[in-house]
Amino acid sequence: MKKKIGVYICHCGANIADHIDVEKVRESIASDEVVFLSRTTMFACSDSSQKDMVDDIKKQELDAIVVASCSPKLHLQTFRNVAVRGGLNKYNYVQVNIREQGSWAHSDTPAAATEKAIQLVKAGIARVIESQELTPLKIEAHNKVAIIGAGVSGLRAAVELADMGTHVDLIEREHFIGGRVSQWGQLFVSEKNGEEIVKKLYETVIDHPMITLYTGTELIARSGSVGNYNLQLKITPRFVTQECKIGAFDKAIEICPVSVDDEFNFSLNKRKAIYKNYESEFPHIAAIDMLNCTKCGKCLEVCNSINLNQEILIENITVGSILLSTGFDPYEPSENEFSYKTIDTVITLQQFKRLVELSPNKLIYRDKEIKTIGFIYCVGSLQIKGDNKYCSRYCCTSAIHTAIQIHRKYNIKSYHMNRGIRTYGKQELLYTESSKNGDVYVEFDPKKEPIISKNGKQTIIKVVDLLTAKEELDIPVDLVVLVTGMVPRKDNSIADILKVPIGRDKFFNEIHPKLRPVETVIDGVLIAGACQSPKNITESLKSSLAAASKANSLISKGEIELEPTLAVIHIAQCDWCGKCADACPFGAILKTSIDGKEVAMVNNANCKGCGMCLPVCPTDAIDLIGYTNREIESMIDALID
Amino acid sequence: MSETTKNTAIKVLVFSTEKISDPAIDLAGLLKLHYPPTVYVIPLPCSSAVKPKWILRAFEKGYDGVFIAADGTDCSFSESCVEKTSDIIAQTHILMKEKGISPAKLKMAAICSVCAEPFVKHMNNFVEELTRNKIN
Repeated sequence: MKKKIGVYICHCGANIADHIDVEKVRESIASDEVVFLSRTTMFACSDSSQKDMVDDIKKQELDAIVVASCSPKLHLQTFRNVAVRGGLNKYNYVQVNIREQGSWAHSDTPAAATEKAIQLVKAGIARVIESQELTPLKIEAHNKVAIIGAGVSGLRAAVELADMGTHVDLIEREHFIGGRVSQWGQLFVSEKNGEEIVKKLYETVIDHPMITLYTGTELIARSGSVGNYNLQLKITPRFVTQECKIGAFDKAIEICPVSVDDEFNFSLNKRKAIYKNYESEFPHIAAIDMLNCTKCGKCLEVCNSINLNQEILIENITVGSILLSTGFDPYEPSENEFSYKTIDTVITLQQFKRLVELSPNKLIYRDKEIKTIGFIYCVGSLQIKGDNKYCSRYCCTSAIHTAIQIHRKYNIKSYHMNRGIRTYGKQELLYTESSKNGDVYVEFDPKKEPIISKNGKQTIIKVVDLLTAKEELDIPVDLVVLVTGMVPRKDNSIADILKVPIGRDKFFNEIHPKLRPVETVIDGVLIAGACQSPKNITESLKSSLAAASKANSLISKGEIELEPTLAVIHIAQCDWCGKCADACPFGAILKTSIDGKEVAMVNNANCKGCGMCLPVCPTDAIDLIGYTNREIESMIDALID
Repeated sequence: MSETTKNTAIKVLVFSTEKISDPAIDLAGLLKLHYPPTVYVIPLPCSSAVKPKWILRAFEKGYDGVFIAADGTDCSFSESCVEKTSDIIAQTHILMKEKGISPAKLKMAAICSVCAEPFVKHMNNFVEELTRNKIN
């Protein structure tokens, strides 16, 4: 039992102190006989506060500490390290959450929040009294990362990890890599186009001995945990064994009788069942879309590299960590949203960008040359009625950049119906250039959205201009472009397989946006790029580099420390009945014989510390380290004391 | 809270789980979603680890209700978690009846890692129900 405890109550600036009387909390526990010292601190996590705690532990010879501050999910390790630097075992530290479960949850009742904080701190003290000196478990970690999604985020993370000495299995669901960026033309700031960025990354990936690229591959099952994830992959064949001779491949495409919407170009055109999205696409080998292929066999007559009998393969891999970079889907407006799909001159930004890429000299849409364009911003973002309350961040820049391109390429003038332009940072240069080009910006009230109609063959945008005395304008245009933002992937089945939390915006959720921005609550599962939230390429790559570094630091040592949360059997109380073994999902409990008595025994290597064996024991002979009867019961008592 | 209020307020003990429901309870705070301040949370690795004796002890000590914020199907340990947690509840209900404690004082619901609003709703409803029963 610990008898010389230091207790620190954090103000967290105003986050806690605005709603909880921090000094009153300290006074309430200061006289506890086991509390040797109690202090309040402005920011417990600051370097100076940490140093003070370390000094206290050493000088006052404290045997345990409690910090009442934010959620343990943020700073448990921070203060455990403080304990270690002070010379304590890190498990002689307890963090009490008086912010998320105190001041913030009860900011409406400050006095009651203070009372609750007092009880929570008392419970923390009760728990730390019972704390033991423990040694973390060490398990072998495979120095290999599975990166799911080979868009630019996944590709860049793969290169970074491989350069740091970590093996990478890069898994792409599509037959071609590059993700959304390969659909984009010229990019700001570099002026390179998406294909060039993808090409550069692909060439590095494919030449790197530490990276294995899987295309047409989906993750279908997962078992294991951090350091040792077992993943089952389903590999769909591309039915083309090697690159066809150009002539033969062209003939195979020409002869293919199938014609389906080309998803790569957002249904602006058709493609065949045997296809490449664009000529220099990676890998260079074409693929056959077997969902639409009729197996007529005509392509076989002109190309000997096609094998329609290739079969789906199932492959199992073992990795130490998983990095999700599954990207986003463009928002698809609902039918009639800004007349989408009801007026034929209304398309999305993503369609428009492909149209520009496919139109070298003149911009032609539905057989008509386009000379005037109206962009309508924030379609599917910052929704007042819909669920997408967030700003998609990249769309203002992308729309204005595209407007500049079409001005240069076709001398087209554009109108921008917006809700306030967010071309932050260097991207503001684009706004300036577009304005100088003569583009017209009209700001509208989100509660009074522009209305698109047709007067004969002429498309009209009716909009009330907020900045010119709310004048109602009728703007004739040839084409309306809905500036659609980012939404999470429609098929997010991977979240179910990996149990990754989804946020309110339906994107993957990090532990903390500032302090742990690429980690999820699932140990060893990291997130990068636009699968986490809308991001532009620069932001996506920054997050993928952060996730790569985090994954490497986690597993590259070859072993991982885990919480020593193990079941322990109190032999004297155990009369082997087998119920605990039946309850254990990991086969960690075995029957053994000690001095002729049959009892349960825990195989520590298999025990995952879930505690499922605890409640089924009829003689209460099992404890879970860190959650023993003494610890839990003392907390139950202290919370209501 | 006045001393009088403190002594009469409905007290609820919540067993949450560190990886699934506790993040949701934290999220509720982050979103400033309010629930009664006499709701106290003890996190465990898994909701199937709650011992019936802990629940009974809570009632003996004076808690008005116990709520298990269960992993549900999100449990990363085992798919059997839902069934096992339900068994704990059923077993504890029997023990509660034996001791003359209303089974209505023990509730369970699956709370996923982003179920902040459902958690708050459960707490508000549970406390309201316990208050009503206490008055009656």
